[in-house]
Amino acid sequence: MTATAMQPRTLTYAQAAALALQEAMQASPHVIAMGEDLGRGGVFGQYRTPEGRTLADVFGTDRVIDTPISEATIMGAGVGMALAGLQPVVEMRVADFALCAIDELVNQAAKNRYMFGGQGRVPLVARLPIGIWTASAAQHSQSFESWFAHVPGLVVVAPSTPADNYGLLKAALACGDPVVYMEHKELWGLQGEVGGTPVELGKCRVAHQSAASGDLTIVSWSRQVHACVDAAHQLAAQGIHAEVLDLRTIWPWDREAVLASSARTGRLLVVHEAVQAAGFGAEVAATVAEHTGARVARLGAPRIPVGYAQTLEAESRISETQIVQAARRLLGK
Amino acid sequence: MTELLDLYRTMVRIRAFEDAAEAASQGGVTWGGAATGKASEVRVKGPLHLSTGQEAVAAGVCQHLGPRDLLTSTHRGHGHTLAKGADATRMMCELFGRASGYNGGKGGSMHIADFSVGMLGANGVVTAGLPIAVGAAHALKLQAQEAIAVSFFGDGAINRGPFLEALNWAQVYHLPVLFVCEDNRISATTRSAPMTAGTQAASARAESLGIPATRVDGNDVEAVSSAARRLVAEIRAGGGPRLLHALTYRQKGHVSVDPATYRDPQEVAEALKDDPIARARECLHARGLTEQAERIEAEARQEIESALAAASAAPVPQAADAYTDVVTIGEGAWK
Repeated sequence: MTATAMQPRTLTYAQAAALALQEAMQASPHVIAMGEDLGRGGVFGQYRTPEGRTLADVFGTDRVIDTPISEATIMGAGVGMALAGLQPVVEMRVADFALCAIDELVNQAAKNRYMFGGQGRVPLVARLPIGIWTASAAQHSQSFESWFAHVPGLVVVAPSTPADNYGLLKAALACGDPVVYMEHKELWGLQGEVGGTPVELGKCRVAHQSAASGDLTIVSWSRQVHACVDAAHQLAAQGIHAEVLDLRTIWPWDREAVLASSARTGRLLVVHEAVQAAGFGAEVAATVAEHTGARVARLGAPRIPVGYAQTLEAESRISETQIVQAARRLLGK
Repeated sequence: MTELLDLYRTMVRIRAFEDAAEAASQGGVTWGGAATGKASEVRVKGPLHLSTGQEAVAAGVCQHLGPRDLLTSTHRGHGHTLAKGADATRMMCELFGRASGYNGGKGGSMHIADFSVGMLGANGVVTAGLPIAVGAAHALKLQAQEAIAVSFFGDGAINRGPFLEALNWAQVYHLPVLFVCEDNRISATTRSAPMTAGTQAASARAESLGIPATRVDGNDVEAVSSAARRLVAEIRAGGGPRLLHALTYRQKGHVSVDPATYRDPQEVAEALKDDPIARARECLHARGLTEQAERIEAEARQEIESALAAASAAPVPQAADAYTDVVTIGEGAWK
């Protein structure tokens, strides 16, 4: 059975990923998924078809594997499975828990192809849901994309819409190298149209097109893209025109598009939910400054753990108002 | 009778390889890590973990494996790699950092591997091979293949969490995997016993999970082979995971330039008397196979001399090769 071209349909971000995985599993018997609580459809329902069936029900528990709480071995076994001919999708539940599998991801999965001289490859997709998820506090809220972008051998993806979660997961499954796939936990229920054109890894998306003479470029990814688009509308009402680029793939990131837009507008603001210090925004801003001479600014979370009480948690969230203010500062307003 | 000759050949080849690699590694750095000024003349650079004295475990286990069986190893992995069927010349080329090495010079001793014979790699991280082997076994089972997976690890590895995770995983999914603990009594440069809870811990911990474990004199190659034959047959018959706990001794230091002066000289002297190759040679003499044993020794010497010569003459990788086999998407985006 092979996947057929799909008519566009409205799905949630979680359903879009489930559909992508379902189609990949139908197309290839080598694709399997494993992780904690997958039997009941995943802790966020992201292993449940749009019709509500669990993928374990559709494909059997041999291919959608409920695992012990053993992150190191979930990831390590994924490496072994990949070397023995399978294409594992490895679920880490939340990115914070993937830190229990850091050797297996960074020293094993990421290094295998290179250190063994290309004898094998590890076509593994590790799903590491990121981001603040209301009142989930310090160990269930982190955004680690810059950690993994720093590691040669990994591809890093952070979709912001249902369409991209469908298209990028399919692209990740076809990539052939280990992919750290970071969905945002507060986007699971976001609805959108899915099933249009295929999505390529390494290509950004224009999330908001400015008027012809853009005043600044805003680069963001994951959930923060939506706040940036809202901010762009507010800015437009103030006569400031921003082009918002959704990076989608953190590594390899779409430098060409970001440099072109930044050179055109002369100003770049990078916005992300992760802690600003040593965040991936620093890499984007530095590259743009080096290559275009554009004025750059970053906006990320303060270097504090995410707190539980809403007053504390709010300090780690980036609001539209902050984005508007940062854009105005960049323009000297 | 012929099996002992096969086992002897494997052991002697490993010993010859280890001795040659050791000699080629001397003089570049001190055990403290300081360069001696002769570093540029040394052909095998970097940490070189020798399996000298542990050959019987590699030989006895791999005797019962074929090229489709999958193997993961440790930082002390030359013996496993040779025993699994890899070519000594390409291995030596890798240790010399040559383009014709198994890994094109990208891995060296700690990452020696020959995927073509099912040897999925030595590993620089203690215990890391176990989850990988378990995943390989899981894949073999899901694909209904008859092959099995085997993971070698040391006694130090049983104190890391992934040991428990991997054994538990193998048991709950009833996987075709053989865990082989090469218990050489030492964790890097520290005795393992005082930092390991329980006695006979590798086998006892497996048994606590319901995994049948077998203890064996790891310096008696026929005993290792006999135990491995039975365990491998049980696993191939669908019996689920097994653990082989082989008691052996690391005759050298943690790395080749480590004089291992932290050990009790009495203990070392006793252990050297228990050398697995000497023991096997005595058996061969007793069985009237002296001539065959000597021929095997001469062939091994010749094989390794030839490997050394080939490795010395082989070209080194080009700088541009540093950029290949990272990831395909975004290739060239590294600088």
